[in-house]
Amino acid sequence: MSAVAERQAQRAWGGGYDAAKISARVLIYGALILWTIISLFPIYWTLTTSFKTAVNVMQGHLIPWIDFQPNWLGWRSLGLSPDTIGEISTVRDEFLKRFTNSIIASLGAAALAVVIGSLAAYGLSRFDYKFVWMRNKDISFFFLSQLILPPVVLAMPFLVLYKELALLDTRIGLILVYTLMVLPIVIWIMRDQFDTIPIELEQAALVDGCSVWGAFLRIVIPIALPGMVAAFILSVILCWNEYFFAALLTSTNAKTLPVMVASQTGSQGISWWSMAALSTAAIAPLVVIGVFLERYIVKGLTAGAVK
Amino acid sequence: MNTALPETAGKVHEPLMRSQAEANGAWGRILLWLSSLILAVIVVWQILYKASVIAVGFDTWRPVLYTFILWAIAIGAAQVLIRGERGKHALFILPAVAFTVAMVIFPTFFGLYIAFTDWNLSSLTGRHFNGLDNVRSLLGDAYFWNALRNMIYYVLFVLAQYVIAFGLALLLNAEIKARKFFRVAFLLPFMLSPVAVSWMIGKSLMEYRFGPAATLARHLGWDNPAFFTSPWIARLSIVAMDAWVWIPFIMILLLAGLQAMPKEVTEAAKVDGASPWQSFWQITFPLMLPVSVTAIVLKIIFQLKLADIVINVTAGGPGGATDTVSSFIFREYRDRSNVGYGTMLAEFYLVIIIIFVTLLLKFASRFMQRTT
Repeated sequence: MSAVAERQAQRAWGGGYDAAKISARVLIYGALILWTIISLFPIYWTLTTSFKTAVNVMQGHLIPWIDFQPNWLGWRSLGLSPDTIGEISTVRDEFLKRFTNSIIASLGAAALAVVIGSLAAYGLSRFDYKFVWMRNKDISFFFLSQLILPPVVLAMPFLVLYKELALLDTRIGLILVYTLMVLPIVIWIMRDQFDTIPIELEQAALVDGCSVWGAFLRIVIPIALPGMVAAFILSVILCWNEYFFAALLTSTNAKTLPVMVASQTGSQGISWWSMAALSTAAIAPLVVIGVFLERYIVKGLTAGAVK
Repeated sequence: MNTALPETAGKVHEPLMRSQAEANGAWGRILLWLSSLILAVIVVWQILYKASVIAVGFDTWRPVLYTFILWAIAIGAAQVLIRGERGKHALFILPAVAFTVAMVIFPTFFGLYIAFTDWNLSSLTGRHFNGLDNVRSLLGDAYFWNALRNMIYYVLFVLAQYVIAFGLALLLNAEIKARKFFRVAFLLPFMLSPVAVSWMIGKSLMEYRFGPAATLARHLGWDNPAFFTSPWIARLSIVAMDAWVWIPFIMILLLAGLQAMPKEVTEAAKVDGASPWQSFWQITFPLMLPVSVTAIVLKIIFQLKLADIVINVTAGGPGGATDTVSSFIFREYRDRSNVGYGTMLAEFYLVIIIIFVTLLLKFASRFMQRTT
C-alpha cells in the first residue's frame, strides 16, 4: 500500500520533495525500522545477555560498554570463554557432542532427502507413471500429504519400531526420521525446479546417445543445482531446529542441541547468562546461514507457491 | 512395488535385440521373485523367533531392515531388466517411494494397533487390547477437547499473522533503500529454532521480573505484566511468539507474489486516478489472492503441528489455556507414559486434521495458484 501511496503522492504533487512525499517516506522507513527492531532485538538481547552478570540482568542493562562491562561469565559456564578454552570442561564436551549430533543429523538428512527427493521429483516431472490406480498426480499428492502428518502420530510407533531395530538413540535413526520429514518439501521445490527446465535439452542429449540417467546427471543436474542448494539449505534449517522427535527418540548418545537447550530451560536453577550463551551458540549457525544464503532460502520457500 | 508399470511419454529407446530383451526379462523376473522370497522368509523367520516358536534368530529386527534395503535394490534392478528403458524411468521414483512407504505405512498401522491397547510404559503388565476404552475416555477427556478448542483459536490467529505479513511485504516492495538488509533482518526469526525462541522470548524477554518486555509494559502503564498467568494473555503471548517466527515465512511468499505482479496494472490504475486505498483493494489484493490463499493454507497446516514453543514455555498452562493437541499428547507420553491412550488421541487428531485439511483444500483450491 505504501508503495502505491508514495507513487500517488508523487503524481499529485508532481514528484517534488514536499510534505506529502516526505511524510510517506518517514512512515515507510519508520515501519521498516520498527519491524527490524522487533525481529532483531530478541537476538541482540540473547547475545548481550550471554556477556552479562546477575546485576546487569536484574537492572535491565542493554548496551555493552556503556550500560555494563561485558563479562565472559556465560561462556565460561559452557567452557568456551578465552580462559577456559584450553582447560578440560565436561560442559563443553557435552555441548560439542550435541552440536556435532545436530550437524550430522541435519546435514545427513538434508543430503539424503535431496538425493532421493530430486530423483523422485525429476521422475514425476518428466515421465508418466502408473501404479495400480495411482498416476503422477496421485503419487505427488501421496508425497505432499506427508506434510500434513503431525509428528505426534508417528512418534510412538517410531519409538517402538526403533527399539526393535536397535535404532533408538542413534544418529542414523534421527537422520531417517528427518529425511521423512523434509522429503515432501524437497520434492515440492525440486519438481518446481525441473518443470522450468526445457525438455528439449534432454531430448538433444538422448539423440546424441546419452541414456536417460546420463542426460539427467550430465545435463539436468548442473542446471538444477541452485534449486538443489535451496532445498538442501531449507532442509538443514528445518532439521537443525527439530525438537519433537529428537526429544522422544534420543537420550544420551544422539541427543541434539534443541533437546539440550530445552532440558536446560526446564531447570529453575540455571543462570540467565549461561542459558543465553547456550541459545546464542544454538542459533549462531542459523544466523550465519540466514545472512549469507538468504537468496537460496527465499528461492526454496517460494518454489511452487508463486508462478 | 512389483506391479509398478512406468510408461514413458515419448518412447525414446526400444531395445534393439528382442531376444536379448526377453532373456533380460527372464532374469529380472527370477531376481524379483527370489529377492521377495528371501525377504518373506527372513520376516517370517524373525516373527516366529520373536514369538518363541523357533530358537534361532536375530536379537533385533535390524537384519530385516538390511534385507529390506537389499530387496528394494533388487526390485530396482529387476525393473530395469524386465522393462528396459521404462524400468530406468521407474528407478527415479522407486527410492523415494520405498523409503516413504517403509517409514510411514508401518508406523501408521502399528499406531492403530497401539491406539486400542492400555499400554503404559510404567505399568509392569505390558500391553493388552482394551477395545474401545481409549475412545470412551477420549470422549470424556475435557483436557483434550480443551486443547482441540485452543487449536481453533491458534488457526484463527493465522489471519492476523497474514495481515501483518502482507503489510511487511508491501513495505519491502516499496521503493526503499537497503532492501536486502531489511529482507534479511525480517527473515532471521524464521530461521531460529522454536526451542531457542522459547527461551529467548518466552523465558527471558517476557520474564516477569527482569525481562525487557515486562519492563517496557510497566513503562506503558501495565502494572502487573505477567504474560503467562491469565488464560487469554498467555494464549496471546504464545500466538505472538509463533507469529514472530512464522510471519517471515508468509511475508516471503507474499513478497514473491508482489514482485511477480505486472507493474503495468498498478501504473494504469494510478493514471486512471485511483487512490492508493482503491488500487490496493481493487487491484493488488484480488491479484494477490492465489498467493495469499496458498500462504494461509500452508501456514494453517504448519499451525496444526504447533508444539515446541508451548511445551517449552508454558507446558500447556495456565490450566490448559495454551495447550495444543500436540503438546498435550507429548505430555501424555513423557509425563504419564500413557502410550496407548496418547496414540489414540494422536490417531483421532489425525483423522480430524485430514478431514479439516481436505475440506480446506477443497474450499481453497479454486483460489490457489497450483494444486498438485
